[in-house]
Amino acid sequence: MTKQLPLDTYFMQGNQACAEAAITAGCKFFAGYPITPATEIAEHLAKRLPQTGGIAIQMEDELAALSAVIGASWAGAKAMTATSGPGFSLMQENIGYAFMTETPCVIVNIQRAGPSTGQATKCAQGDVMQARWGTHGDYTPIVLSPNSVQEMYNLTIRAFNLAETYRTPVILLADEIIAHMREKITIPPSNKIKIINRKKPKKTDKTFFNTEEIPPMPSVGDGFNVSVTGSTHNEQGHRYTADPIVHRQLVERLVNKINKNANQIINHEDHNIENCEIIIISYGCTSRAVHETIELAKKRGINAGSIRLKTLWPFPEKTIQTLAKNAKMILVPEMNLRQIFYEVERTVHGTVPVLPINKIGGGEMITPEELLTEITRSVNNIE
Amino acid sequence: MNKFSIRKYLRDMPLPFCPGCGNPTVMSCFLRAVHELGYEDLRKFVFCSGIGCAAWIPSPYFKADSIHTTHGRSIPAATGVKLVRPTLNIVVFGGDGDLVGIGLSHLIHAARRNLDITVIMVNNMIYGMTGGQMAPTTPFKAKTTTTPYGNFEHPFDTTSLIVAAGACYAARWTTFHVEQLREAMKKALTTKGFAFIEAVSQCPTAFGKRVGLKTTKELLQWFKENSVPLQEAERTAEKDLAGKIVVGEFVSRELPTLTEIVHETIKEATNDA
Repeated sequence: MTKQLPLDTYFMQGNQACAEAAITAGCKFFAGYPITPATEIAEHLAKRLPQTGGIAIQMEDELAALSAVIGASWAGAKAMTATSGPGFSLMQENIGYAFMTETPCVIVNIQRAGPSTGQATKCAQGDVMQARWGTHGDYTPIVLSPNSVQEMYNLTIRAFNLAETYRTPVILLADEIIAHMREKITIPPSNKIKIINRKKPKKTDKTFFNTEEIPPMPSVGDGFNVSVTGSTHNEQGHRYTADPIVHRQLVERLVNKINKNANQIINHEDHNIENCEIIIISYGCTSRAVHETIELAKKRGINAGSIRLKTLWPFPEKTIQTLAKNAKMILVPEMNLRQIFYEVERTVHGTVPVLPINKIGGGEMITPEELLTEITRSVNNIE
Repeated sequence: MNKFSIRKYLRDMPLPFCPGCGNPTVMSCFLRAVHELGYEDLRKFVFCSGIGCAAWIPSPYFKADSIHTTHGRSIPAATGVKLVRPTLNIVVFGGDGDLVGIGLSHLIHAARRNLDITVIMVNNMIYGMTGGQMAPTTPFKAKTTTTPYGNFEHPFDTTSLIVAAGACYAARWTTFHVEQLREAMKKALTTKGFAFIEAVSQCPTAFGKRVGLKTTKELLQWFKENSVPLQEAERTAEKDLAGKIVVGEFVSRELPTLTEIVHETIKEATNDA
């Protein structure tokens, strides 16, 4: 039986890397609906999952896709779906359901240019805030942002691990450029890859909700008589919708289990960050222009550094506050009309000027030259 | 066989249904069917239900695993459960609003796929939990809170639709026909493949009082007098069937199931790889 790809270097597409990583992470169920630019994930898993004893099914829409994933997860399988903006919108109700019912699952969103059908084949980073606030009610999602094919692989595995650790849905928020480009990728040997599986209950356990920070998760069919509901529920999982305390405790615990562990979840890559005067905060495909920009800036005598966000949510507020202390200016390039920019502005709270650099349309990336122009202009303004 | 005791299958909790509701009848028919099939408990069952009064029949009252999903999405959730755990009996309970309104697409597709589950639709012809709004099953001209001048639309013949979509078993009975309903449930539960039961049921609170049938007795009388057996309906002109409830077993056939095909494919793919 072919399980994960053997240790080797491959030339692979981002979406394929995501699909292969899902298999490595132990994914046994994929349900999806065709949508550009995420379809290759479904196609690849349709072929590969059955070879590893897993199930891949095409559902009638994205509502059904995530519902099936949730059902599969409660049946004990690690499960995933993959989509893009319009499908991601349709999944929002069930993302809230997965959060409320503490159902581990992975939702891949390969961002394309919206709103609506927009430019369906072109790259964008417009779903950042939807990933944060898309479902109704109070919640805290975990959202990861890869910037290379290698990271599509690594962060897909991490998405499963985080979902299983925290018993929560995890969103892999990639973009069309990262998903469709082909790059060299190294698959590590399986003993070097950390795989986390959900905590299962003991035979005597009777409560699977609201008893501890992350309760153990039974599977249906294992004799636990578990009742799963998206309504406010008590520790047995029974609907409990009249009591303000039960709701408060439940939703605050669900939010806090992510927030209190934010340090374990948050991940970023810093470059030349000590004592630089300009900090560029970026993520996803946009971050690929940053290294060259820093080199170009150096030649002009400007000392710039970079924070690349690998997790967008929870947002790395403390990191940014600490690292921004000595900076004269923070630049936030994004392929949207300001989303993470506002988070950075809120985080530094007026202590450092924050400059947005935004570009949308046609999937055109922000180039190092464009970034350099903004850096030079802002340095001149400071001086 | 042991004597039937409904409490054996139920959690010790008060039921949420209004006085005179048909849901306890459907619940009782189902649990009797389960008992008569020899199941001493519900360990081999997983119940999926969506939103609406009928979704409360299994969850959390049945001593069993239950997944109470978002509105209309019980069938896709059941799809995930069944494919991963093919040996479990998956039963979906839902109302007409949940399964034919917001969730219709999933119902048709599950029948087309021949997903090996049983779907029990309690058709009370109204959105009851929200207080009596028009449903896709509400009779023509019936007055509801959202059709104060009478319903402009004609109701779905859901059971016929599901037969056309490829179900292996489909039957319609009313809560007046408890014996037939229970027997149909037994047949549905033992059917290999997609099985569908439409239980036409009374809602005196949100439906009956708006259409002039204020009590459970009047509603059951209406079911009795308006029900036409399928064989008789086939000989009757369509115009004479307007407003009637055609009851009986619409289909009973054997076809390869989705679960079988998927797991056969996995076996082949694993060997090839």
